[in-house]
Amino acid sequence: MDPKQFLTTSGVIIVAGKGGVGKTAVSAALAMASSSVGLRTLIIEVEGKSGLASLFDSEQLSYSDIQLIAPRLGVGEVTARTVLPEDALLDYLKDHGLKRISGRLVSTGALDVVATAVPGISDILVLGKIKQLERSGKYDLIIVDAPAAGHAITFLRSASGLEDAVKVGPINTQAKDVLGLLNDPARCRVVLVTAPEETPVNELIETAYSLEDEVGVSLGPVVVNGVLAELRGLELSTEQAATEAGISLTAAEAEHLADAAQFRLKRTALQRAQLDRMAQELPLAQLLLPYVFTTQLGPEGMTTLADSLLSAIRDLPEPTNLPEAPKG
Amino acid sequence: MSLESVVAQSHVIVCCGSGGVGKTTTAAVIALHAALQGRKTVVVTIDPARRLADALGLAGLTNEPAQIPGLPEGSGQMWAMMLDTKATFDGLVLRYATDANQTAAILNNSFYRNISGSLSGTQEYMAAEKLYELAIESDYDLVVVDTPPTRNALDFLEAPKRLAKFLDHRLYKVLMLPTRGIVKAVNVAAQTLLRSISKVVGAEVIADAIAFFGAFEGMEEGFKERAGKVDDLLSEPSTAFILIASPHADTMAEAKFFASRLKELKITVRALIVNRMQPNFSSTTQDGSTQAPAETLAARLEGTALGDQYRCLADARHLALGEQKHLVGLAAELAPAPVVQVAVQSFEVSNMATLQMLGEAMFATEVTSQA
Repeated sequence: MDPKQFLTTSGVIIVAGKGGVGKTAVSAALAMASSSVGLRTLIIEVEGKSGLASLFDSEQLSYSDIQLIAPRLGVGEVTARTVLPEDALLDYLKDHGLKRISGRLVSTGALDVVATAVPGISDILVLGKIKQLERSGKYDLIIVDAPAAGHAITFLRSASGLEDAVKVGPINTQAKDVLGLLNDPARCRVVLVTAPEETPVNELIETAYSLEDEVGVSLGPVVVNGVLAELRGLELSTEQAATEAGISLTAAEAEHLADAAQFRLKRTALQRAQLDRMAQELPLAQLLLPYVFTTQLGPEGMTTLADSLLSAIRDLPEPTNLPEAPKG
Repeated sequence: MSLESVVAQSHVIVCCGSGGVGKTTTAAVIALHAALQGRKTVVVTIDPARRLADALGLAGLTNEPAQIPGLPEGSGQMWAMMLDTKATFDGLVLRYATDANQTAAILNNSFYRNISGSLSGTQEYMAAEKLYELAIESDYDLVVVDTPPTRNALDFLEAPKRLAKFLDHRLYKVLMLPTRGIVKAVNVAAQTLLRSISKVVGAEVIADAIAFFGAFEGMEEGFKERAGKVDDLLSEPSTAFILIASPHADTMAEAKFFASRLKELKITVRALIVNRMQPNFSSTTQDGSTQAPAETLAARLEGTALGDQYRCLADARHLALGEQKHLVGLAAELAPAPVVQVAVQSFEVSNMATLQMLGEAMFATEVTSQA
């Protein structure tokens, strides 16, 4: 599938997954891929602290856009910002003519009580702000680095919950608007991220079904991050491999090579089993990203991830049910 | 000091750390290890990981501890449960309500149903509450608790205080005025604030909240006292905080952040467990010079089977070296706490046997201490 077509299927992509699977790196790789096909891209961070800034060697994110990739011919600008509940609330109050009380709401701690009284209110304010950014027309693609999986469901369910709980007034309107965004596949999709391991795969499958059933949001392909490359030469015994290469190894060296090879073979076998199981239990395409052998992804590792993502997208089959509008 | 002796000396173990570092599994491994040594242990998990229940041979975990079957002869007992926030909160209401009417009025109130569900903060508080019930009101020798996977897992420590603060809140007092009927000049400013809030969230929310606080009347003291006791338990010397991490740069940074916050709260981290460390397949550990040749040979032999094998070895060593570098700073921060490095395993933890294997790896690991 053409990457540009894939990346413009919806204006918002929400990236969600269990903690530790590399959700932020995948969000960044998506943004780089999107930029490389000329799309103006915004990354939104909803939990404040994140490793996003360090992936781009950038300053810390704030409530206004900062530039991560500058636009040039054929390359879209990438910017990033946070949307935290406190800031979204202040914006919301300002928009509703309540700027006067906003400071006191925060300083007296009344905000905490309100948030307690109306669960999901913080989430709906954040989603409302995202919807506003989507409607601004300033971006071709908005990538939301969502809260970790368990909370992602609560986060996305807040709209339908609040629509029921608060029947009238501005919050109800806000909830309806957000539902309009979440339930429209042409505006919003969720991309779930996992590692090729049992626990995150289980959690991903459960999350996928509850998002579809409870939120009614459409799901894009699954991104599997950290897939170990299968090295074919590991199948051969170390002695045979050494003989073949015409090299004599010390006993210790041969042992280290053999141990490392055995270990990796076991891990790749486990990984293959998990990928197969996921394919069987969840009818979603899988985009595989390679394991990068580093403890700290920097610009170089990010380029590897973005390139792999683009080539995995190209390998996706063409969509069968094409939209009715003629394509350019 | 080894992990072994930390566990042996503790009555309560709190496992802290960010999401995805293997907290739940580590908590289960510790409880199992102590049970195999003859103690009666219980592990409280927050994460509804079905896999853990499966691994423990249980059909599922509930809010009441269930005993794990199949421990070898001569062991103690291991029990496991999964925190149900709402059920635990309901239990607290039942305990402190003066009569059945009060209980019903609270349990049926929609404001209560909102705050007692999975709302942030409530889960942490109920985890602390459950911990207290198990540690003080039951006869377990060791209670191991997994903290909620919130961004700031230390909310767990502040949760008991937070509920007390919530009940003390000014707005709450304003809400209470009409029902308490105190004849007193109404705080005009506060009433204005309240009206503005109802404009935003709707009047029914405020009405529900007033009804809830009305029904709650008389119970605040009991709740606050309980919160104080839970807080005390967490500062007992027999309560050990263990920090769990994985060797990735971002989780290490998060672990450092936890460590400094715990220090501020005057809590000592008794051990650091770093899961999923990359083995370096080398007899000369810590020797950087072994890494270059593997890398060079991998490049020179590229395309051959031996080249693949050198690539595999070079990848492993490169990663292992990087991980050790990240670990140094954190280990120094937590000194003299033992640092336990658990290698990434070539099996998945899926039953009691593999859980026990992971335990052996964790407790057998040579401990590096800065003491």
